[in-house]
Amino acid sequence: MNVSVDFCGLKFPNPTVVASGYLGVTGASLARCVEHGSGGVTSKTLFLEPRKGHPNPTVLTFQGGVINAVGLSGEGVKNAKHEFEVYADRCPDNPMIASIGGATIEELIECAEIMNEYPIDMLELNFSCPNVHDEMGRPFACDPQMTADATAAIRKVTKKPISVKLSPNVANIGVIAKQAEANGADALTVVNTMGPGMLIDIDMRRPILSNKVGGVSGHALKPIALRCVYECYQNVKIPIIATGGIIQAKDAIEMLMAGGSLLGIGSALIYYDMAAFDKITDGIRDFMKKEGINDIEELVGMAHGDMIDHSKLDQNPD
Amino acid sequence: MAYLPVALKVEEIRQDSPNLKTYVFKRNLRAKPGQFVMVWVPGVDEVPMSIGWQDEEEVHIGIADAGDCTHLLHEKIKVGDKLGIRGPYGSVFNLPEGAKKIVVIGGGYGTPPMLSLAQDATAKGIEVIAIIGARSKDYIIYEDWFKKLGCEVKLSTDDGSAGHKGYSTEVLEKVLEEEKIDGIYTCGPELMMVNVAKQGVAKDIYTEVSLERYMKCGFGACGQCCMDNTGIRICKEGPVLEAKYALEHPEFGKYTRGPEGIIEEM
Ligand SMILES: Cc1cc2nc3c(=O)[nH]c(=O)nc-3n(C[C@H](O)[C@H](O)[C@H](O)COP(=O)(O)OP(=O)(O)OC[C@H]3O[C@@H](n4cnc5c(N)ncnc54)[C@H](O)[C@@H]3O)c2cc1C
Ligand SMILES: Cc1cc2nc3c(=O)[nH]c(=O)nc-3n(C[C@H](O)[C@H](O)[C@H](O)COP(=O)(O)O)c2cc1C
Ligand code: FES
Repeated sequence: MNVSVDFCGLKFPNPTVVASGYLGVTGASLARCVEHGSGGVTSKTLFLEPRKGHPNPTVLTFQGGVINAVGLSGEGVKNAKHEFEVYADRCPDNPMIASIGGATIEELIECAEIMNEYPIDMLELNFSCPNVHDEMGRPFACDPQMTADATAAIRKVTKKPISVKLSPNVANIGVIAKQAEANGADALTVVNTMGPGMLIDIDMRRPILSNKVGGVSGHALKPIALRCVYECYQNVKIPIIATGGIIQAKDAIEMLMAGGSLLGIGSALIYYDMAAFDKITDGIRDFMKKEGINDIEELVGMAHGDMIDHSKLDQNPD
Repeated sequence: MAYLPVALKVEEIRQDSPNLKTYVFKRNLRAKPGQFVMVWVPGVDEVPMSIGWQDEEEVHIGIADAGDCTHLLHEKIKVGDKLGIRGPYGSVFNLPEGAKKIVVIGGGYGTPPMLSLAQDATAKGIEVIAIIGARSKDYIIYEDWFKKLGCEVKLSTDDGSAGHKGYSTEVLEKVLEEEKIDGIYTCGPELMMVNVAKQGVAKDIYTEVSLERYMKCGFGACGQCCMDNTGIRICKEGPVLEAKYALEHPEFGKYTRGPEGIIEEM
């Protein structure tokens, strides 16, 4: 049975990939995720220069999931080479997807050019963070033309595969996905956090996040992320890193069926900690065995279609 | 697991040293010695603080005026005001099976978790020697609290205004020469902890240190507090680490990362 994934020419030993912003500040931290079963990793989004981010509280959980306004803190692409070197050295068989962001296309281009010299396997363009709106205005991924322009500009300066990270906070994700594809994206990461949302502490009578609002993820995001992946799959040919509320194997299988080839793992870490990766991969394997599916690729996009062929269901019931 | 902050009323504030105040809350957090909470000052920041004294009714948090948020907290927060408390989080101190006598060494605002551990150890019938270090007599905290628990207290100050003049690690050296000790525990300036860790390992005595790294989530998600080269999280696998393990980390006593993740030498 095969659960490894060929993605843009990169080989992932299993479909789980650490989502950007989770445990992605240092190379050692991401290497530790691989040691606990993740197939590949995404580093925390870096801008060109160091960023402090918002004051705490920045990450909170609530009944329905997670809300964060970290504010894209990071040491800056310029200063982060050592983190990527540490990772590449320790995890040569687990692709590194390096996430970059920028307030302008020029900044993104400079980030991509520097990344050309770093030991990374793929670039993820974070066009979709909802937490820095005051500072940077509407994310690129909320506008088809901006997505097209930014993707095309970065395509020109790098040969590394590019995945464009989309926002769920749009009415037309299919159109935006098509723009990214048409302008040179090799893949899509679907999706970033939704919202922004807010939590208020009634005793303090104040929003809890220092930024007041933050991106919502986890359980609450799952059905929306699932729909976004499904819609993108219908609209593009390039493969998808499905992300958003994948907490258990069942969520992961739904995402594969909707059209994801890789699975961004984030909030699962809060509930299952480092066991999340193996739990999800093992659960997918169990399902494949039960259903008589030999290659994980068969699952990708399986939910698209009309009448079901009942003779193919549940081939090895326990 | 993760939690939301709980707004707790400050019942009492004690000025325990020129730069440290202890905030008393009526709440049993059921924290274990060594664990910490995130203390939220709405409109300002939220910062990690160790659990100090705790009993069925109260929890004490000793907060040093160490920068922007803590300074404002000292200035603005009065008895009756509320702080948001999120946690407890992190790893705990472990007492070796059959331990008869342990040493705890607290430096500055690293002393509160030592008091919490001393409570636990003395309740289990373990003798505790408490070494409290500070720059001068006025900065020694919790001496009476340790004594109340029946601990043998040894003081150490940089200027000799109380107890030993010099480093608290020198007091430890002497104790280890004279007594049979089953466990050593420390929280305070990192270079002091490196010294303590090395002494413990050299003498083959079970030793634990409690580290500090910049924290955001506090529950193991954001990756802000990770240590090189293992990648462990100080908010989750730490703050308490076995000394031998801590010493395997090249950054222990050497560097830490700030809010951006940039390396800052110690
Ligand atoms: C597990 C743990 C337990 C702690 N226990 C105590 C305690 O019991 N009593 C006590 O007085 N202090 C304790 N500290 C230290 C305390 O968190 C800092 O002194 C406090 O955060 C300073 O905040 P500030 O805004 O006043 O300082 P700033 O002006 O922001 O900076 C001063 C210093 O505080 C550090 N700091 C600021 N924010 C954070 C953060 N979110 N996480 C970690 N460090 C930060 C900075 O790196 C800097 O070194 C503990 C720290 C950790 C990690
Ligand atoms: C604390 C935190 C930080 C994040 N930081 C980033 C980031 O830097 N770049 C990015 O593209 N997405 C970031 N995200 C979004 C995640 O990568 C992911 O798209 C989203 O959280 C959905 O997955 P989840 O439901 O499993 O959390 C962050 C999410 C969280 C909770
Ligand atoms: S503070 Fe977020 S992982 Fe430790």
